[in-house]
Amino acid sequence: MKRIQSSHSRQLAQRAAFIFLTAIALLTAITILMVVIYIAIKGGSAISWEFLTGLPRNGMRSGGIFPAIVGTLYLTIGTAIFSVPLGICAAIYLSEYASDNRWTRIIRIAIINLAGIPSVVYGLFGLGLFVLFLNFGTSILAGSLTLAIMTLPVIISTAEEALRAVPQSFRVVSISMGGTYWQTIRRIVLPQALPGILTGVILGLERAAGETAPILFTVAAFFLPRLPNSPFDATMALPYHLFVISTQVPGMPVQIQYGTALVLIIFVLGMNSLATVIRSRARARRQW
Amino acid sequence: MIKIHIENFSLFYSDGTESLKNINLDIPANAITVLFGPAGGGKSTLLRVINRLNDLADIKQFSGKVLIDGQNILDPDLDVITLRRRIGIVFARPVVLPFSIRKNLTYGLELAGIRQKQRLEDAMVRSLNQAALWEEVKDRLNDPAVALSGGQQQRLCLARSLVLEPEIILLDEPTSGLDPISTGKVEASLHELKKQYTIVLVPHSIQQAARTADHAAFFLQGELIEFSLGKNIFTNPLDKRTEDYVEGRFG
Repeated sequence: MKRIQSSHSRQLAQRAAFIFLTAIALLTAITILMVVIYIAIKGGSAISWEFLTGLPRNGMRSGGIFPAIVGTLYLTIGTAIFSVPLGICAAIYLSEYASDNRWTRIIRIAIINLAGIPSVVYGLFGLGLFVLFLNFGTSILAGSLTLAIMTLPVIISTAEEALRAVPQSFRVVSISMGGTYWQTIRRIVLPQALPGILTGVILGLERAAGETAPILFTVAAFFLPRLPNSPFDATMALPYHLFVISTQVPGMPVQIQYGTALVLIIFVLGMNSLATVIRSRARARRQW
Repeated sequence: MIKIHIENFSLFYSDGTESLKNINLDIPANAITVLFGPAGGGKSTLLRVINRLNDLADIKQFSGKVLIDGQNILDPDLDVITLRRRIGIVFARPVVLPFSIRKNLTYGLELAGIRQKQRLEDAMVRSLNQAALWEEVKDRLNDPAVALSGGQQQRLCLARSLVLEPEIILLDEPTSGLDPISTGKVEASLHELKKQYTIVLVPHSIQQAARTADHAAFFLQGELIEFSLGKNIFTNPLDKRTEDYVEGRFG
């Protein structure tokens, strides 16, 4: 009799744990959904062809946000140009070549700490180094470089993880057949890790696209109703524009604020979905 | 003819495990030489010395000589890439590369810079035949290699090691995960292959050792206890420890 009771209470505990954990998981999903739906309801009416492709007018209180969209696009691409090759090379070094010694441990600690630095500090650093010392001015170049440094740790650590996930036995086979390290990396390790690397790259760039603080002092223009002409131009960008129209401009129509937020969130979530698609496709095709 | 001459060879891992103690062994060409004994005896380690795959492992130090055709392969100036092309290896667990069956076979040649389609194709067909796999895969060469059964995968690995026309084939318990039928096929292939190649086999059982060996070496805790040219070791072991192991008293 006693045994039956205790088994009954175990089942009860199992059930309670299941319900509790499911509820927590649902809660996160619901939070995200609520944010998106709220912004969509409040800002959906602002979205129009004119809003997406027009220049801001009337002190940004009407017209479009085209320069900010283009600016964010340029910044994302600029960030990618600097951070992707650098990040992947660093990851290859750490995963494939570096031996476990004091030097590599220092590099790893540096990368982890780089990821922990508040974004506004990156902004100040970028102002000091790129804008002033290297004399790039407030420009897409300076902003991209600043964002690239901020993105680097994300890309390095996810790429390294993706490289390490490739089974060691593939490397051993390749080496045993007379392959060099580099042949092995280029022909087996890198192609197999590519989807994982790509996912990390997109997630890193997505963060760069959504950040305000690093571009605050390095590139973002308060109001610049034209498209940038060169990498040395300043530009408007979605996150900073949103900050400006939400706090700095009196008499701002609410739907323009939320419309801008909606565009930003679609941009970022779109990149996120792309990463998800790449990952799930690669998993389906993976042969290990 | 002696293909591999091992002289006073000792090896230690940096964590102190599985070392080899003063090994002296002559491995003849065109025969199957079996290295057998209980786990942890250093058989796999010795196998990986022959193609310098131990370079990847954490080795504290080694001493002695390993000569292949009279050339010391432990020489730090030796071109290990060329050496490894001369020596094929098959591991205990079949490791097929994440490519098609065809690409698994041409991979080694492509590493060596060979690109002529016909040459790749010829080498592939030849090695698949040598590994007794051709008939089973000839209509599905572009399928992913992982789709093959375990036994087929292991024969694919054998074929892959033959593609470069090596002089020596090293096999580290190649049939440990296979059913008796697949095992029989692999053993039959080895029997054919020894006409052309020098084969060094770490068998997965004493029975396999007795079945396949032309010559046999018994390893115990890093020491070579007994080596016999021929099969005498299984019927007339000279050392008490060999006798105990062969008769199943330990191991």
